[in-house]
Amino acid sequence: MAVYVWIEQFKGKASPASWEALGQGRAIANALGIPLTALVFGQGVDALATEAVHYGADKVIAADDSTLADYRLEPYAALLGKLVQEEDPQVVLAAATSRGRELLAAAAFDADAPLLADVLTLDVSDGALRASRAVYGGRLLSDVRAAAGRTQFVTLRVRAFRALPPDTTRQGEVRRVAPTLAEEAIAVKIEGFEVAAGEVSLTDAAIVVAGGRAVGSAEGFAPLRELAAVLGAALGASRAAVDAGYISYEHQVGQTGKVVSPDLYIACGISGAVQHQAGMRSSRVIVAINKDPEAPIFKLARYGIVGDLFQVVPALTAELKKRLGKG
Amino acid sequence: MHIVVGTRSTPDTAARLEVTPDGRVDRGDAPLVINPWDEYAVEEALLRAGASGGAVTVLALGPEEHQEALKHALAMGADRAIRLWDDAWTGLDSRGYAAAFAAAVRHLGDVDLVIFGKEAADEASDTHIFQTARALGWTLFSAVARIVALESGRIRVEQLLEEGRQLAAGPLPAVISVLRGINEPRYPSFIGIRKAARAEVPVWDGAALGLSLPAPAIQVTGLRLPPTREGTCEIIGGDTVEAQAATLVEKLLAEKVI
Ligand SMILES: Cc1cc2nc3c(=O)[nH]c(=O)nc-3n(C[C@H](O)[C@H](O)[C@H](O)COP(=O)(O)OP(=O)(O)OC[C@H]3O[C@@H](n4cnc5c(N)ncnc54)[C@H](O)[C@@H]3O)c2cc1C
Ligand SMILES: Nc1ncnc2c1ncn2[C@@H]1O[C@H](COP(=O)(O)O)[C@@H](O)[C@H]1O
Repeated sequence: MAVYVWIEQFKGKASPASWEALGQGRAIANALGIPLTALVFGQGVDALATEAVHYGADKVIAADDSTLADYRLEPYAALLGKLVQEEDPQVVLAAATSRGRELLAAAAFDADAPLLADVLTLDVSDGALRASRAVYGGRLLSDVRAAAGRTQFVTLRVRAFRALPPDTTRQGEVRRVAPTLAEEAIAVKIEGFEVAAGEVSLTDAAIVVAGGRAVGSAEGFAPLRELAAVLGAALGASRAAVDAGYISYEHQVGQTGKVVSPDLYIACGISGAVQHQAGMRSSRVIVAINKDPEAPIFKLARYGIVGDLFQVVPALTAELKKRLGKG
Repeated sequence: MHIVVGTRSTPDTAARLEVTPDGRVDRGDAPLVINPWDEYAVEEALLRAGASGGAVTVLALGPEEHQEALKHALAMGADRAIRLWDDAWTGLDSRGYAAAFAAAVRHLGDVDLVIFGKEAADEASDTHIFQTARALGWTLFSAVARIVALESGRIRVEQLLEEGRQLAAGPLPAVISVLRGINEPRYPSFIGIRKAARAEVPVWDGAALGLSLPAPAIQVTGLRLPPTREGTCEIIGGDTVEAQAATLVEKLLAEKVI
């Protein structure tokens, strides 16, 4: 019996959300009184295995092979499925990223086991897992539990759980396992990857600066980009800004875009329609900059400035440069 | 090419929701619409089938209310709609959903591609999509932003993942989920709406599919409104924008969010 946490990697680097999952895995393992095992699949993953121990794992199961270099569902699910079948972990966790959702859903199906998907909270009661999920675009919360008795799979909403601070003195055993599928047996091929250049990933970002229709043009995003650069923030947008062609769809936040939960969300010229709220209402602190004092975004915000974003945003950037000692 | 689209009805995204005393969702008089993500799935199927002289079948799993989504897809131009439902399936979890959906796809027989929208806007669930692919044993690509090629028994796609765009390929038959932006969904035509209104939508049940489903392993124990954030906004005043900016930065530093 153990709690397994799948550590997602891209080009040898762990996704930050994996350490959040490992942090919550630690809490669940402690509550159940069983060890915490990190699963690291990839190519050249020694450093990752060590890092997983620093972030809280007792043990690491590492699979190091060229067939696992890039995430692909077939080899990853085959290997995870084999480990689950042979070792019968009580819980398998992963961050609810694009890949994590897919992998755990597949593995849970193969194991004929329940999956609690994209949960905001997770705890143990009487040996069974209880969780809550955001449904209806975050307008309702649903409490769910998995039937006890079998391996239970869970994916955790990105940024809803905290990673432990890494402790480089921690020691843990690393066990190596071989992949289950040879390259010839894997039908899917990854033919290329275009990494979004120089931009902070929206879902992982601690700060998001977002612009709406009022930004007015692609060039209108320039002051928002400057603010984002000073803060190390990701750029977000409303659907109206995306539809008008000011910025690409990758940046859309909301019901039909991405869901983000940063520490700080700065909404500039966004009215705050419920479909936009669906993507950002769980942000810790929301700042609204809007010239209409009646805009619904102010109902959600912690701080508001009623004014023209083209004046307020540059002033904010200048002030931050001063205060944070940049520029 | 025979393409299947999975869809469902969801309350209008602007609906004001309440929870009834017995723990169900009350959407007031808000209408049911096709799950907004699924419009892209239907459109993509129509485009791809149109290009290959193929057919589009839409499936929705669920009670009567899911008729709405099927009618919308028919009005957009889908060739055929079937609803999958059996009263014994109440409380179905994603594994049961996948088993039933996969059985229906197999029952159709000659399907090359199944397209889903990215997720269900109400249940916020995409698990059933991945598990349907697993139940069929087919290639799976999620978060597809573009189908690059669909020929000679293979599919090449561009996927939008956290770090950027991935180009991947695999054999058909396949299951994919598509993102907004992959196309511009058409509005149903007047004739389409009339045709859809008259269409008979058959219901396939457990017996028709030769299926008995596993007991659900996930139980929803409660439904509630999230804690309200309203009424907590502090409007930052000041004589100049510079003064407002300075005050705001002060507050954000105190909140430890910058
Ligand atoms: C099915 C469905 C799904 C949807 N999904 C999404 C989604 O995922 N994400 C999303 O965002 N929307 C989504 N929408 C659209 C949503 O309903 C709104 O239309 C959209 O969010 C509005 O964007 P906006 O706030 O930028 O524009 P507007 O509502 O036009 O707001 C612009 C705001 O800018 C303010 N303003 C104007 N000029 C200035 C200035 N100079 N300085 C400061 N403020 C100024 C105005 O006062 C106004 O409040 C969806 C809609 C539907 C029906
Ligand atoms: N009629 C339907 N059409 C499409 N998806 C459905 C339908 N009925 C149920 N589902 C999905 O199946 C899911 C079950 O998956 P899960 O929430 O992961 O247990 C539900 O949440 C829905 O998203």
